[in-house]
Amino acid sequence: MAETEVSKKRKRPIVRLAVLLLSHSVLVSVICCTAGVFGLLLLPVLAKNTYISENALMPGSASSMLSNQEVSEANKLIKELNNLHSNPLGATTESHGIIAKYMSNLGAQVNNHKFHPQLNQFHPLHFFSGPDSGVMQENSTRSLYGINTVGIIRAPRGDGKEAIVLVTPYNAVKGGVRETLSLGIAYSVFSLLTRVTWLAKDIIWLVADSQYGEYAPVAAWLRDYHTPAFSNLDSLNTETCHVGNNNFESKISYGIRRSGTMAAALVLGVAYGNENEDTLGIYAEASNGQMPNLDLINIVHYLAVHRQGLRVKVEQFHWLLNSKWVKSLGEVFESLGKMVKTLNPDWKLGISAADYVEGAATLASSLYHQALGVPTGPHGAFRDYQVDAITLEFSLRISFDRLDRRNDFLLHGGRLIEGVIRSVNNLLEKFHQSFFLYLLTSPSKFVSVGVYMIAFALLVAPLPVVAASLYAKTLDLNPTSEKDKSATSNELGSVLQSWKWLNSVKTVFVVHFWGATVSLLPYFISQIPDSDPTTNFSVWILLSILSLEILRWILVSPSSHIYGLPQGEWAILKSATISSFFIGLGLMSVINFATAEIGALLMVPMALMAHPLKLDVRGQSLRSILRMICNLVLGVISFPPATFFVFKGVIEGFSGIKAGDFWNWVESLWAWNSATYLYIAARS
Amino acid sequence: MQIEASLWNASWATDGGRMQISLSYAPFEARYRGFDVARCSVDKSSDMNQFSSSGSVLKQGGGEEFSEELLLKPFPDRKVLAHFHFQSRAPHSSSHGRHHHLFPKAIAQLVKKFRVKEMELSFTQGRWRYEQWGGFDPLSSNNAKPPGVELWAVFDVPQSLVDVYWRNLTHTLSGLFCASINFLESSTTYSAPELTFKPSFGNLRYGTLPREAVCTENLTPWLKLLPCRDKAGLSALMDRPSIYRGFYHSQRLRLTSSESGSDEVDSGIGLEQTLTVVLQPSSWRTGKTYSVETNIQPSWSISSIFGRNIPGKCVIAKSSNVYLHLDNGLVGELKNLERENAKYVANTFESEGFQSNHAFKISVTPDKVFEEVDYLHGKSTSVIYGFSVEKYSDSQPFDLGLTWKIPVVWSCQQAPLHASRFLMGSGNERGAIAISLESTESSEGLPTSHIIDGRCELRVDIFQVVPWYIKVYFHTLQVFVDKQPRAMADVVDKIRVSPSKDKVSPGVMEMILKLPCGSKSAAFSLEFDKGFLHIDEYPPDANQGFDIPSALISFPSFNARMNFSEDEFLNNSPILSKFQETSPVLSYTEVLLIPLTTPDFSMPYNVITITCTVFALYFGSLLNVLRRRVDEEERILRSRAGRKAGWISQLLSRLSAKLRGRPQEQPTSSLPYSFISFRLVLKILLVASIAVTWQYYFG
Repeated sequence: MAETEVSKKRKRPIVRLAVLLLSHSVLVSVICCTAGVFGLLLLPVLAKNTYISENALMPGSASSMLSNQEVSEANKLIKELNNLHSNPLGATTESHGIIAKYMSNLGAQVNNHKFHPQLNQFHPLHFFSGPDSGVMQENSTRSLYGINTVGIIRAPRGDGKEAIVLVTPYNAVKGGVRETLSLGIAYSVFSLLTRVTWLAKDIIWLVADSQYGEYAPVAAWLRDYHTPAFSNLDSLNTETCHVGNNNFESKISYGIRRSGTMAAALVLGVAYGNENEDTLGIYAEASNGQMPNLDLINIVHYLAVHRQGLRVKVEQFHWLLNSKWVKSLGEVFESLGKMVKTLNPDWKLGISAADYVEGAATLASSLYHQALGVPTGPHGAFRDYQVDAITLEFSLRISFDRLDRRNDFLLHGGRLIEGVIRSVNNLLEKFHQSFFLYLLTSPSKFVSVGVYMIAFALLVAPLPVVAASLYAKTLDLNPTSEKDKSATSNELGSVLQSWKWLNSVKTVFVVHFWGATVSLLPYFISQIPDSDPTTNFSVWILLSILSLEILRWILVSPSSHIYGLPQGEWAILKSATISSFFIGLGLMSVINFATAEIGALLMVPMALMAHPLKLDVRGQSLRSILRMICNLVLGVISFPPATFFVFKGVIEGFSGIKAGDFWNWVESLWAWNSATYLYIAARS
Repeated sequence: MQIEASLWNASWATDGGRMQISLSYAPFEARYRGFDVARCSVDKSSDMNQFSSSGSVLKQGGGEEFSEELLLKPFPDRKVLAHFHFQSRAPHSSSHGRHHHLFPKAIAQLVKKFRVKEMELSFTQGRWRYEQWGGFDPLSSNNAKPPGVELWAVFDVPQSLVDVYWRNLTHTLSGLFCASINFLESSTTYSAPELTFKPSFGNLRYGTLPREAVCTENLTPWLKLLPCRDKAGLSALMDRPSIYRGFYHSQRLRLTSSESGSDEVDSGIGLEQTLTVVLQPSSWRTGKTYSVETNIQPSWSISSIFGRNIPGKCVIAKSSNVYLHLDNGLVGELKNLERENAKYVANTFESEGFQSNHAFKISVTPDKVFEEVDYLHGKSTSVIYGFSVEKYSDSQPFDLGLTWKIPVVWSCQQAPLHASRFLMGSGNERGAIAISLESTESSEGLPTSHIIDGRCELRVDIFQVVPWYIKVYFHTLQVFVDKQPRAMADVVDKIRVSPSKDKVSPGVMEMILKLPCGSKSAAFSLEFDKGFLHIDEYPPDANQGFDIPSALISFPSFNARMNFSEDEFLNNSPILSKFQETSPVLSYTEVLLIPLTTPDFSMPYNVITITCTVFALYFGSLLNVLRRRVDEEERILRSRAGRKAGWISQLLSRLSAKLRGRPQEQPTSSLPYSFISFRLVLKILLVASIAVTWQYYFG
């Protein structure tokens, strides 16, 4: 902008480059956008193999000590718990008692932790049912509570400064064989660890009462572990109303026992698999798209594949696996890779089409889950306390009724967990060596931050270029019109002229403000009692339109003369919008890359293509009609996802548990709204 | 007595060979000047040839004496405590000279040189489990130590010199025990408690190193101080693998010296060396006895725990005894069981000392049975069996075994309040330290009625040292008694706070609390900010975090002491007389780990690179602007164009002008702007293709 004012005769090369870019902004933006999208599609090809970065971890270097003896002990526990489920009456308290008894017989310190599920709690795994559960709990009384059972093994010669946490969600009321199996795995490992001498960190086994969701009990325990309430006001762990059935139960304290700082956490789950092999699912995404250290995933993957013979998978979008165009794209990349290989055999870009499809599906799901900012399991609660945690979900190909099959499963699962704990136990410092910012394309392949940022940077690069070129164009345009009107342009007029962008910035700000109000509305709407989601949603839409009208009436009408000369004004408005959008995306990419990436994918084309409809209609040329159609199509395409996301935003707003995420959403919504407002303003 | 002199011609003696001895001048004559002969005082009653081949030790020369003892004690959680206690005593050097027969010379020199009045050094690995192993008896109060190294010393010097002596002492000890005690030299690591720790007059220093790893290299110099090392006597039991396999390992060295020598009875230096280990009898480990139903205690013997036997006593030890201690909880439980089984009544406790009763069996008949006498209330009291090792030898080693017959469940006597300390909050910015005290079950029966001013109060002393990088805000001290927030003045009787100074001294908090008697729990919380360290204060690698040393909680109104009825033997047994000493009940809290913001040291590199680039760009362009004169280049160009030049030079100048992107004042160069940029694109492409080919062929 300032560069354009410099006389054209003498320009520095860098300035000339900028001018060149500006003058070809359309070409640049098209090239950059395509390159960005292409780079994103290329990510599965560029993924590197994971490796264990921290040498101290030494996974699998020690032979496993878990034997059939521990497994048979665990089987005893499983049998006892399963017997309880046959008569559901009083199963809750008794199952806690049984677990606690088994733990303390091993020599662990046991305590129960009583918690009230949070009112605005939501089910992290199927959050689409969120509003219902929220309403249900609002009506419920404070008498609802869950009981976590916590067992702690003190490391024999350790100083107790650090601990490794093992979590098994267990629903005492509805818990099936699955959950008792995960308890069995944890118990077999736990019973081994009480007797080993190599333990340097304490082991905490948390049996999380999952009748109010899997996330809530873990989060509640972590909260009480880190920020206990000393005063009497809301202390429920000391309530003595709970009278145990037998002598033993009354001995278990409700005061929370502590160990040191947590080094890592593993959440165990068992699922019924429908695949042909025993698989192990790894869930790593925590709140706000934060990931645990890659080394933790690496250890699990290494031990599971190379030691226990399990197949490891991470979440995928299955619909992508069958989609034609991904497959054909994979083939294209495959042939490209082959071609590159003929040029230089050292370049290993070749990837088979099937691998590409797998990688793309995993990458998409990884991006999606990180962008959503909702943790994919109870491990998300640990990330809030800077603890690296993952959820491991075992799935078996057949039912667990056969005992030998079950023993085999317990042995493998237990050995895996033992190996992971042993590795983490070896670690002298925090996890720091490997990546924290990465996207997984398969359990053993990852894309690091340095690679995926390139695609994003390419995608957003046209934004400032276009904004600058638009601004420059209007500046070029205006002086000529000024000259027609008055030959002598006084100082004040030129100053006013150069400050004209303030007007459009004001408009953009107003739109953003509207976006903020709209995104804040759900919170207030959720305060309305006795309403179902549909009415809530319609109320929300109504209110947002109303507020838009009010804002327009208050703020926009005084400066409505802007629309008098749409020639230059809309361009300035667009450039202001784009630059604010660019700043927003840039900031967002630092906070949560995946959200920014998806946002950029959706918005960048729209922001670049946006053009007043009126002008297009007036133009009547083929080009402008084409452009108009493009605009309309893009607008419509962007709209349904937007409502989709907004709907999720609403749910999160109702549940309100993830304020950070919510704000992220708000932020992207702002950007989105500003673009739509451009449309609206242009249409009027 | 004779004096020998010798001539040396080695390089060290001759100033590197420069002052050689010329042997041609021989013979030589030597004169001794200023020669001061210090003699050893010899006890007239014994000759110097004390350690005669007969093996019997005569009365120790110079009043020095050494005794060794071992106390074994079963714990409720199937573990066994072994407590070695070695005591050496030397009379004062002024009266008996500097020569020592038994007493380690290094220690005597240390006491003399640094004027140490009292000192305690402990190396500990693992945690003492107060809940299972008890915290009330003198054994745990004296020997349960925080993990790592703890050192405190009282000096007999003026206050201004204490720091200097402390520094020298730490260096000496560091060399003596192969440990990094010299880190305690820095003033950020030690403190001077005044209120709570021990009555002192400003000449006490206290320091801990929570992270010090304890290993055999610390044990070996410690054993060197014993006259028999680990070659004979009780210390021969110290099989390294078995004592380091234990759940708790603490070696301790305590010095008391009364240099003033005012009271003749205790004058001299006393050295008390203890090794406390908690071991797991191995039968439990291998067998399947951990199956839950049978709660029977594991049977053990000395040989099964240590893998060795006692091959007789250390010949120069005055006494060499092994004790088996059954604490009062166990004895009470046994008595209850006995009462239930009336048929065992004949096997009465007093007469037989129930060493072969229905509950357990001791493999060796005890020489002596001590019973604790509790005058205050007629509760069950602990029993100690004494065994003398004197009559055992290599051919007939001493091996004490304990075999349980029936399951017995008991619990050790706990300190009145169980203390635990933890961190609150998350994140790298701030947090809080919380100390929570909870009353234990056993405390209810204790004589808590310390009526002070008509109120029943329980006095608790808390001593807490916080390193300077944990910036504690002492004004945020919150007190909760029985889960109710209380005003500080209600509970805290006296408080002494010395705030930390950055890189100079740690923060110290000493509190004397007066808790109401019936209170079930008390909690204190202190908020802190985590400081930023200077770059060279971080450990070189990515670190685990930083430690806050253990807090010391003491209960001065309770005395951890045992009373025994018989006295004549007790005086000969240092360990039992130690038990009879009055000492407050002490307990240490956990060491805390604080993760501080750890810089990634690859980051400075990146930052430097980026900063340099930015600076280069900025200053480069600035200099360019400043240096360049306006229109200078055009003028030169024009003059050059005006000059008639050859065809090639004209072409070159045109090319250079094009390369610079500045159109020449010629019709051919007045190309549209896009044309030049097209050229530019071409050039970029050319460079890129060169780069690609380079990469392809050489990369």
